[in-house]
Amino acid sequence: MAFTPKAVIAAPAQQKPTPARDLEVEIERAARFVRRHTIAAIYRAGSGHPGGALSCADILAALFGAELNLWPNTVADPDRDRFVLSKGHAAPALYAIGAHHGYCDATAALALRKIGSPFHGHPHVRDLPFVETSTGSLGQGFSVALGMAMGLKLRNSCARVYALLGDGELQEGEVWEAAMCAAHHKLDNFCAIIDYNKLQSDARNDAIMRLEPLSAKWRAFDWAVAEIDGHDIAALLRTFRRAGATRERPSVIIANTIKGKGVAYMENMPAWHGSVKLTRAQAEEALEGLGANRKEIREYLDGV
Amino acid sequence: MGSEAPALIGTSGDSLRESFGKALSELAREFPNLVVLDADIAGGTGVHHFRKSHPERFLQFGIAEQNMMAAAGGLAAVGMLPVVTTFAVFCLRAIEQARLSLAYSRRNAKIVASHPGLDVGPDGASAQALEDLAAFRAIPGMTVISPADPIETALATRAILEFDGPVYMRTGRSPAKRLFGADHRFEIGKGQVLRQGTDVTVVACGVEVARALEAAEQLASQDVAVRVVNMPTIKPIDTVLLARCAEETGCVVTAEDHNINGGLGGAVAEALAATRPCPIEFVGVRDVFGASGEPEELAVLFGIGSGGIVEAAKKAIARKRAA
Ligand SMILES: Cc1ncc(C[n+]2csc(CCOP(=O)(O)OP(=O)(O)O)c2C)c(N)n1
Ligand SMILES: [Mg+2]
Repeated sequence: MAFTPKAVIAAPAQQKPTPARDLEVEIERAARFVRRHTIAAIYRAGSGHPGGALSCADILAALFGAELNLWPNTVADPDRDRFVLSKGHAAPALYAIGAHHGYCDATAALALRKIGSPFHGHPHVRDLPFVETSTGSLGQGFSVALGMAMGLKLRNSCARVYALLGDGELQEGEVWEAAMCAAHHKLDNFCAIIDYNKLQSDARNDAIMRLEPLSAKWRAFDWAVAEIDGHDIAALLRTFRRAGATRERPSVIIANTIKGKGVAYMENMPAWHGSVKLTRAQAEEALEGLGANRKEIREYLDGV
Repeated sequence: MGSEAPALIGTSGDSLRESFGKALSELAREFPNLVVLDADIAGGTGVHHFRKSHPERFLQFGIAEQNMMAAAGGLAAVGMLPVVTTFAVFCLRAIEQARLSLAYSRRNAKIVASHPGLDVGPDGASAQALEDLAAFRAIPGMTVISPADPIETALATRAILEFDGPVYMRTGRSPAKRLFGADHRFEIGKGQVLRQGTDVTVVACGVEVARALEAAEQLASQDVAVRVVNMPTIKPIDTVLLARCAEETGCVVTAEDHNINGGLGGAVAEALAATRPCPIEFVGVRDVFGASGEPEELAVLFGIGSGGIVEAAKKAIARKRAA
């Protein structure tokens, strides 16, 4: 799929205006929104997984801001690009990027995990138009995405399929069944992104179940492999473009990230991996660190 | 401020999962072959206690439940006593491994599942196993257990280790009401009458036992005498007790945090159809998926709160009188 910037943004006054830099600035802004919204929603919910949502904020912002051939008015287009959040527990980040781009209402999405709200703890395809499949059981989203890529090829569609996986998720055998299958069927319309934050539920990957040598594993499965800094927007955009130009093979982007990125006290701290309850003070400190002012913090945490 | 450790959700000492995890640690000395299998969720299933007390007998499989389940068959085959632990919904993922490598192979292996039913709460439907009792009950030779409170969970943990054969046991995520004292007894295959009554029998398991007792209290004020039976073993079900209750009260209500199809209700209906048929009403999730929300809110929304049991009891009594 051709590289299609989504929005034309006025350049900030001091900066040398180049279209590429403008896009990166816009994506950084979106990622900051995702992080703030995620913190606010998890605080309001009283539970949720902040670490893995924060680590993939830049990846989601880059995908939705520049890469996916998808707009709020094309969510039912059979030839839209598909994005599958296989690591479904990062749902708050998906809802936030959806809200940022107008796929859902930002205030409504703050009702995360609440009874009657479509913003369930894990994404559900029947309750939100931009959720492509229900996830929350690690490994399965990747197989569903594989099926979409196969089906789209069969239908001669030029749409691409992107799946975001956690690194712990790679321990599921299903992931490697899907990986073998995608290479066998030469699904060059298929792109996996690994949120390689080195941590999973209980501890570091290497303490739970070693993943390395990770890129060698994917190469051995005959995927086109790129390993990048998953918080570097320019690198993300560049790598997506390269993946889009790869023929006859699926692509995987191993994105090195920091779990809890953007919230100083969470970064790389194992205690923040799982589902946690944020105190008022913790939520305020996190939002402050993400550049929100007093008024914005009140709106995020108390607004209706 | 933020640098303080986060408050973990629902790790109250009174949840069934925590009670199970502590009991397992205490029993380790008595069962030298006991090994505990985890798929990166020990903090949630309660076996973090065992990991701490007996790290050498704690086996980490990573996020790979199918491999873990079948590996338990291998561990049992060479004389270990494996206890597989994960969330109930991921036991469903590995159920074919449980069927072949544990049940069909008749291995002495135990599966202990936390986070069953709507009791999972805000994680939502994808994580709320409402099918596990039915699914595991359908496997030949599989014993299925769902204790009601922390004391009973600790007793059941001992009982399943003493028992020879494959077992599936549900614990629970949320803080649970204490229903039983230190003198409580648990025997696989046996139910108990917790409250006497002559108008209707409510047979419940898991979190629904506390709700059944509440419902009985509410109905007592309307001069309805409800008998409450705790039925922690869903398979093999206590047919003798069920037939006696059906005989003496003339109608039955079943209550479970599970789909109404195939779980406790199914087991009770099958047993009574063969022994003492009578009107039966089923309290459970009515063949739909759950949703996010707090467990008590969900219980009301899906009709498995004490109010749902009260309604079902009235219906059962009306049917009995009309017959
Ligand atoms: C099949 C399955 N097993 C277990 C879980 C429970 N679980 C939820 S998140 C998580 C850790 C995931 O780690 P990782 O994939 O690295 O995600 P991230 O670090 O990006 O949050 C686990 C074990 C699950 N959701 N699905
Ligand atoms: Mg991770």
